[in-house]
Amino acid sequence: MVHWNARLLMFFIVVLIGVVAAGPVMASSDAAAPAAQGQGEVHGGAPAPPSAPAAVPSATPWWVWPVVLFIVTFILGILAVLGGVGGGVLYVPIIGGFFPFNLDFVRGAGLMVALAGALAAGPGLLKRNLASLRLALPVALIASSSAIVGAMIGLALPQDVVQIALGVTILGIVGIMLMAGKSDFPKVPHPDKLSQALGIMGIYREESIGKEVEWNIHRTIPGLILFIGIGVMAGMFGLGAGWANVPVLNLLMGAPLKISVATSKFLLSITDTSAAWIYMNNGAVLPMMVVPSIIGIMLGSIVGVKILAKAKPKAIKWMVLALLLFAGLRALLKGLNIWK
Amino acid sequence: MTSDKTKVSEEQITYANILNIGMSVGFVILCITFLLYVFGVFPSFVPIEELSRHWGKKVHQFNHDLQAPTGWNWVHFIGKGDYLNFIGVAILAGLTIVCYLAILPALLRKKDMPYVIIAIAEVLVLTLAASGVLRAGGH
Repeated sequence: MVHWNARLLMFFIVVLIGVVAAGPVMASSDAAAPAAQGQGEVHGGAPAPPSAPAAVPSATPWWVWPVVLFIVTFILGILAVLGGVGGGVLYVPIIGGFFPFNLDFVRGAGLMVALAGALAAGPGLLKRNLASLRLALPVALIASSSAIVGAMIGLALPQDVVQIALGVTILGIVGIMLMAGKSDFPKVPHPDKLSQALGIMGIYREESIGKEVEWNIHRTIPGLILFIGIGVMAGMFGLGAGWANVPVLNLLMGAPLKISVATSKFLLSITDTSAAWIYMNNGAVLPMMVVPSIIGIMLGSIVGVKILAKAKPKAIKWMVLALLLFAGLRALLKGLNIWK
Repeated sequence: MTSDKTKVSEEQITYANILNIGMSVGFVILCITFLLYVFGVFPSFVPIEELSRHWGKKVHQFNHDLQAPTGWNWVHFIGKGDYLNFIGVAILAGLTIVCYLAILPALLRKKDMPYVIIAIAEVLVLTLAASGVLRAGGH
């Protein structure tokens, strides 16, 4: 059974690589036709500017792209669960690097994908007391405000600058994932006054040891300051911020690992909401991208959870890191006009 | 056996329940409207066949060339297949605001003033983001 699942996983990865490689080929065949803009009537809207040339039929049928998006995000959903990473951090660099969609729309869709995942997971995590509302709310206020700023900066910057910054950030994320440790039950000898005043503490039942675990946090202010930067990056790049939330909550502030992971997931539903609104109000949310992506990632996550029990997580994590490294390099080189 | 100390707070349960219902409703609506869109039940603002000619552009160029609505102006085009999907998107994006408002009574009953202030501040931040007032400059 383990053998069968490993082969299935390799099949998915090969399909992903194939589809990702085919994306630019199909996109370049579309680009071979003159750049088209609708002339005259734009259905249901105001007439297009008179200088726009007539539209030319695309070489690739329109339905191919949402189908391909669905397949790719389905596989990303599986890999995200198995690799222990968020769907958003995989989505933006991969879709942005290998598909013909402008990065503005990719980031808008990426935020919606991360948001949908967080909204789906949130209720269960809150009810099991693994996600802490008391920990999340002050952090979310900082992060969501910063995400608005990040989104506005991201939409205002030139494309190449965003690609370079995205590439550098993704490579930095790979570095963090490689080097950052984890602490299941960090020691917090002296909870700070702010966290005590806000009542940021809790007790949860740790099933793996069959005991109740009490937790507190410290370094609240440094943590909140870091969440300013995390929020800006989440908004600017359309990434979910789990890769940053968890180390800050766990290693800096001292929340137990499970509380950190669960609260981080829940936190995304608030942080990404504010940024998603900015992208939506600026027109950077395309249903043709968003809906297949959300459905693909969510179905993939469900399958990923089923495979998780039998797959080898370490091997998958290395594959995911390799994929992220490749996607980060692609974004960086694309922004530098070295690899278009 | 789980002790009372691990009992989840009232506001956390309230938040979770509303999130659960809202997420399910939003997701179902999104799926239905997307099917209506791709099967052309309603005409689209941007014809589906032409969308791929434009999605490579920066969003400001896209909006300019197609004179696409921004902010909440999509509401005026709710009868168009593409903008019909924004109902589900708006529900998912607006859910958090609803959840925060729902937990305010519990926080007020407990006289948990720091978190009342935090919750109100968050509602204001999210409402500002949702309002359409904040627009990014084009480049």
